[in-house]
Amino acid sequence: MATPAPLRILEGHARVYRRTWRGSVFSAFVSPILYLLAMGVALGSVVDASMTGGVEGLPYLVFLAPGLLAASAMQTGAGEGSYPVMAGIKWLKTYQAALATPVSSADIMLGILGWATVRVTMVCVVFAAVMVAFGAASPGGALLSVGPAVLTGVAMAAPVMAWTARLEKETGLANLFRFVVVPMFLFSGTFFPVSQLPDWIEWLAWITPLWHGVDLARAAALPEVTTTFPPWVSTVFLIALTVIGTVAALRTFKRRLVT
Amino acid sequence: MPPLVEAHDLTKRFGDFTAVDGVEFTIETGEAFGFLGPNGAGKTSTMRMIGAVSPVTEGTLRVFGVDPAVEGASIRARLGVVPQEDTLDTELTLEENLYIYGRYFDLPAKVIRQRIDELLSFVQLAERRTDKVEPLSGGMKRRLTIARSLINQPELMILDEPTTGLDPQARHLVWDRLYRLKQQGATLIITTHYMDEAEQLCDRLVVMDKAKIVAEGSPRSLIEEYCTREVVELRFPPDNQDRALESLDGLAKRIEALPDRVLLYTDDGDASVTEVHERGLHPTATVTRRSTLEDVFLRLTGHTLVD
Repeated sequence: MATPAPLRILEGHARVYRRTWRGSVFSAFVSPILYLLAMGVALGSVVDASMTGGVEGLPYLVFLAPGLLAASAMQTGAGEGSYPVMAGIKWLKTYQAALATPVSSADIMLGILGWATVRVTMVCVVFAAVMVAFGAASPGGALLSVGPAVLTGVAMAAPVMAWTARLEKETGLANLFRFVVVPMFLFSGTFFPVSQLPDWIEWLAWITPLWHGVDLARAAALPEVTTTFPPWVSTVFLIALTVIGTVAALRTFKRRLVT
Repeated sequence: MPPLVEAHDLTKRFGDFTAVDGVEFTIETGEAFGFLGPNGAGKTSTMRMIGAVSPVTEGTLRVFGVDPAVEGASIRARLGVVPQEDTLDTELTLEENLYIYGRYFDLPAKVIRQRIDELLSFVQLAERRTDKVEPLSGGMKRRLTIARSLINQPELMILDEPTTGLDPQARHLVWDRLYRLKQQGATLIITTHYMDEAEQLCDRLVVMDKAKIVAEGSPRSLIEEYCTREVVELRFPPDNQDRALESLDGLAKRIEALPDRVLLYTDDGDASVTEVHERGLHPTATVTRRSTLEDVFLRLTGHTLVD
């Protein structure tokens, strides 16, 4: 039985990952622990002691944790869709090597997106476990919030791949993180409700994948929270972004690699 | 048997730039076929079209009798490609590189493992099997790339400048392996801008210059057709060469003046050298040698292969 080519590309990435998984798993645990300690527990004690007492009626740690889960997924998706793609196209030229085999540029693109999905899922599962350990969510709630978080990561990875495949120079990647990933991380409702911001920033937040991911993940983790829009709106938004990003990436990969 | 590769009026353009301009060639099973020419002659573009990774702009190309535009994947499944630039994953070990590449051909893990043993021994890298690729020398990386290209037991190998950038000893190691492949009956397509490489490895070759094929034949027949048997190279003090050229007039079948030396194409080198001295000329250095493909190239294009 033949293995579909994108899965063989994914398998290759998994094999590469086997060499580095220890460091990667370590940081997958360390990063949420540090964030939840510093922001959730330490900053949270200040927030919770303030006059309003928590955010939207929730202890700050509880408010923060599902948002950070989605934000970690978004960052992982952006990471997997950018630097490794640049390496494959330009630095190591391993995509050129793969293209000399029966594999096509579409197989490569889909395989990498598949691998990004695996990586995002790993990060989210670890994050959810840490959330439970901190008492920020129930095991069931944490598990439920993994779904929208993974979708957020994939909805980020696909358009980032499309963008990266167009770049001649790596400075474009630094700009991507400086002007897109970091602002999105800070202003998409992870750390505070965007309703506190001027309207135009709120509207801006509504077109980011992370805002929708945070909104869905928070409602999934906490039974007392409901989504801003009906859940299907944000779900369709994230799926649409994934599909559009994938179609665009299939095109940019082909244009870049098949000349 | 139909030819393995057949090109008619094959053309490749990138925007306004014509990289390959209406070339014709046929490559038969079992031969080592060369594309000799300087950098930028269109060799790599031709290789990439044969390798079914670069679309043909105009003309027809058949590889294994089929059209790369239609059956690219099935053609690539039967090819072994050694690209000009190394495309190894330097963070992985030698065997991991071969394994991942083998999986791209959808070979079963067991088959790949067995071939890794054979191939790493063949390219004399068996003892480096579990080492990372990163610290390998240029010659070792080249040999590993050759091993990688053999993982699917290709019917046709495409080698794009297989020894460019290697030191002489590393080049000979690569040539030795390619020579063995040839003896085992492999069909090789080799591009090179080294005439010695073309002479050593190729049964038949085409000479490319400025996107076109300017001659075709075996190394020996090309030399016989376009050159004399021997060449005398004369060096004069820098300012004296022009004056010397006047005195040399008519001395050989053909006289070629390069910036640093004068070439006399003659059937009897020793006799020509004697006549040079009889005409009262005293070159600072005199070398008599056999004609090479480099001389053929100079004759055909008016410039040298390696600038």
